[in-house]
Amino acid sequence: MYEGAVQELIDEFGRLPGIGPKSAQRIAFHILEADREDMNRLADAIRAVKDKVKFCSVCFNVTEDETCNICRDPRRDETVLCVVEESKDVMAVERTRSFRGRYHVLGGSINPIAGVGPDQLHIRELLGRLHDDKIAEVIIATDPNLEGEATATYLARMLSTIGIKISRLASGLPVGGDLEYADEVTLGRAFEGRRVMS
Amino acid sequence: MYISHVSLTDFRSYRQVDLELVPGTTVFAGPNGVGKTNIAEALGYLASLSSHRVSNDAPLIYFGADQALVRARVHRGDQAVGLELEITAGKANRARINRANTVRARDILGILRTVLFAPEDLALVKGDPSERRRYLDDVLVALQPHHAATRSDYDRVLKQRNALLKSARASGRLSSSHESTLSVWDEHLVTAGSKLLRGRLEVLGALEGHIADAYDGLTDGSKPATARYMSTVGGAMDDEQDQGQPGNGTSGTPRSPLMDLDEGELHAAFLRSLALQRRKELDRGLTLVGPHRDELVLGLGTAPAKGYASHGETWSLALSLRLAVYRALCEDDSRPGSKPILILDDVFAELDVSRRRKLAAVVADAEQVIVTAAVVEDVPDELNGRILTVGPGTVSA
Ligand SMILES: Nc1ncnc2c1ncn2[C@@H]1O[C@H](COP(=O)(O)OP(=O)(O)OP(=O)(O)O)[C@@H](O)[C@H]1O
Ligand SMILES: [Mg+2]
Ligand SMILES: [Zn+2]
Repeated sequence: MYEGAVQELIDEFGRLPGIGPKSAQRIAFHILEADREDMNRLADAIRAVKDKVKFCSVCFNVTEDETCNICRDPRRDETVLCVVEESKDVMAVERTRSFRGRYHVLGGSINPIAGVGPDQLHIRELLGRLHDDKIAEVIIATDPNLEGEATATYLARMLSTIGIKISRLASGLPVGGDLEYADEVTLGRAFEGRRVMS
Repeated sequence: MYISHVSLTDFRSYRQVDLELVPGTTVFAGPNGVGKTNIAEALGYLASLSSHRVSNDAPLIYFGADQALVRARVHRGDQAVGLELEITAGKANRARINRANTVRARDILGILRTVLFAPEDLALVKGDPSERRRYLDDVLVALQPHHAATRSDYDRVLKQRNALLKSARASGRLSSSHESTLSVWDEHLVTAGSKLLRGRLEVLGALEGHIADAYDGLTDGSKPATARYMSTVGGAMDDEQDQGQPGNGTSGTPRSPLMDLDEGELHAAFLRSLALQRRKELDRGLTLVGPHRDELVLGLGTAPAKGYASHGETWSLALSLRLAVYRALCEDDSRPGSKPILILDDVFAELDVSRRRKLAAVVADAEQVIVTAAVVEDVPDELNGRILTVGPGTVSA
């Protein structure tokens, strides 16, 4: 245990995803020794992201405005909707350049162990969009792991009653992983080879 | 097959040990607690990615070290493969094949095949049903390594489904969102579960005859050994609505009716059984139907083995279960040089002279046999093994 502020910083870093106790300690001491200017910029960046960044009122992607760039872009195809778990998945799909439609970010996947059910995800809002908009196809691009598959099954069953074309990304993605870890080529292929669920 | 070289780094009691091995029998001898079983365990782990002694990886790593490394050169016919497995507690293990890039540990399953006999095997006969389920599942993975994924998928779906049932029970009622999510998990549970079930039934089909034969060979043959799969799927509980346990079926009863169903039929039967147990599952907040609640009922003559077999009978049956695995693996891959390596951890000390002889005779069939013994005289002379002496942290000829 270190004294006061140093230990507090280590504890804070330790709570972040992917950072173990050793890394937390290393980062904390790096900050301690680093240039004051640089570290102020880091602190400002953290503050700014919490103050400015919100979630798009339409698709729940991150944005600094009421709606995100993609929802506002008139060149995007408004008849196709890609459903993903997180904003970082939007970035992953954008990198492939094989998708020109719009997105819907669920905010996670169905995961009873973590206490996440359909009500904790932006599924109601998705239904709302499907009723109002001109959407003709929904591509479900949840992660290729158990929880992502379960979420896909859930959505496919629910949406099958609405009469919209529903497809799931083709297999070939590394199973058990995150969408964001798939390389562009693989993910792009998964889009082109998507299979119709209903 | 055989192993020509083993190297352990920070595995159990070894900081570093390098062993040259040859085909035939090798006996690791030394006093109690010196590290003989640790070697047997390392080889078994490299083949199956699980230990016969512990269910988590932490105890396998030298006390205070971050990771253990097990390396071996495996020969099958005139082919040789270098295997390297890195065991890190609480993290995914990683492996390398022929010094190439690291792969998932799971990818090395099937390259090295071993059958390990140990005093712990008594639990196969006397222990909880989970011991016998694990026995079948381990053989399934040895025969068809891709089923390692089936097994872990099933476990994960089961955990999620149980969490959902618990939260439904805690909230006191089945909301429509609970209900629709539950049916999704049903689907995933049944998909993985019927695969696993089909696999287990096939495995039992391949083992049944060998278990009976091996038991015959080790005893005077007066009581036939039987093994029958009792499932919570499509079982008696559908009619009786009992407490969700497979019945303690008297042996001599014919084989499980599930044996003849294909995966699709098992899928349907599983869904049906789930539907019938839904109320009870919600009451208990637990998944009551599925391969995780099934039982492999072992019998000797007309009596069940568990609770009835004598100590000697229990030993013979446990050995027979392992010998049957050896036979099934030989049958599965009959190419020259493909017989699994036999590892006998401390078993001779537990057997009488006649069983020792019989076991030695059967075991002589393998290309390589690894034996551990505290007392060398316990190992039958017929095995004619090379003796290596194990000292604390070292092995010498
Ligand atoms: N992770 C570990 N780190 C260091 N030492 C360990 C570790 N795990 C086990 N040991 C030591 O290894 C020894 C046990 O080794 P092992 O089980 O191989 O003995 P053995 O030679 O088979 O003995 P026996 O004849 O009694 O079966 C014990 O002394 C134990 O303290
Ligand atoms: Mg031992
Ligand atoms: Zn948006």
